[in-house]
Amino acid sequence: MAVEVRIPTILRTYTGDQKSVEASGASLSALIDDLEANHPGLKDRLIETKDGAVDLRRFVNVYVNDEDVRFLGGLEAPVSDGDQVVVLPAVAGGS
Amino acid sequence: MTRYDDLLSSVGETPLVGLPTLSPGPDVRLWAKLEDRNPTGSIKDRAALAMIEHAEKDGRLRAGCTILEPTSGNTGISLAMVARLRGYRLVCVMPENTSQERRQLLAMYGAEIVSSPAAGGSNEAVRRAKLMADEHPDWVMLYQYGNPANALAHYEGTGPEILADLPGVTHFVGGLGTTGTLMGVGRFFREHKPDVRIVAAEPRYGELVYGLRNLDEGFVPELYDESLIDARFSVGPRDAVRRVRELLDGEGIFAGISTGAILHAALAQAERSIRAGERADIAFVVCDGGWKYLSTGAYEGTIDEAEERLEGQLWA
Repeated sequence: MAVEVRIPTILRTYTGDQKSVEASGASLSALIDDLEANHPGLKDRLIETKDGAVDLRRFVNVYVNDEDVRFLGGLEAPVSDGDQVVVLPAVAGGS
Repeated sequence: MTRYDDLLSSVGETPLVGLPTLSPGPDVRLWAKLEDRNPTGSIKDRAALAMIEHAEKDGRLRAGCTILEPTSGNTGISLAMVARLRGYRLVCVMPENTSQERRQLLAMYGAEIVSSPAAGGSNEAVRRAKLMADEHPDWVMLYQYGNPANALAHYEGTGPEILADLPGVTHFVGGLGTTGTLMGVGRFFREHKPDVRIVAAEPRYGELVYGLRNLDEGFVPELYDESLIDARFSVGPRDAVRRVRELLDGEGIFAGISTGAILHAALAQAERSIRAGERADIAFVVCDGGWKYLSTGAYEGTIDEAEERLEGQLWA
């Protein structure tokens, strides 16, 4: 099972400068573990443990098929074959 | 009422118009809240007026004061208009990758523009403005990303107006920038019609805009409260341009590019409602007209060409 994961410029040091990499997993959490196996160090940039709870870092946004995973179950958000996952730093929007 | 004592009194009470062509059918309908009908042509007139009036009321803002604000355009233009009428000086910190028209309008209203680098987008403008605020303690930074009056303008205005015009509203779709619109309208519906789903459309820019030096420089507006939103979509320039053209072709509405992103999310929601077999009345925001973006090239040539021209620009 393959899912395309787009990596932002700031995290490409972990992917050998690749803009997008493939990973597999039925949930975002499993997907991130698979990413970590091939691109060590990436997981720690994406998630953190705070007050005993594991969650996405505050300034990391992850989208599955353009929808923010925080509204799809967070790290437990389901992921399926052919989905596109985009990782972006949280930045100020237009105003 | 269509007669007002002055321009500022005419902010808000914008029309809500149906979209007979783009709506999928009688059971799933789209409604556009035409915020381009505000005095300077954008939804930001609501927040700008509210922030200035609250600062005047609590004594922070007095005659002759200098207002400082990080802005990619519309809020600056709205503030510049109000500042001109109320006698304040305005300094805007604006990313350099914003359209020429926005700069021209700011200059016409007498605002001073300090440019911030394109890389880092609005993040960098916010950072610069905060530094300048420290250097000039006598200046008043209204700070739209964290000013409760921004959201309050929509809690007291935009939200109630939509409910009054469309009592059967099931969804509200707005753009996510300062988050003021979604926070204000979201809170209003959570309190007054909690079954209304709140959907955010967030513009996805080119890589340049996400060019942070490290993740700790990321930014989430202080106003943002995740619990007031039910879904959040990231929309790139290609879909935004495609939709903004459909809005003009199908309904005659000439909107700015960010509205294309919002319409894209509204149509995605409409599709979901159809699949679920549920009735839906989806209200979405037309943030501004397309006038200020003509020079970006978004309205000419093919979608491919338009997408290419928007690369690296802060189009929303």
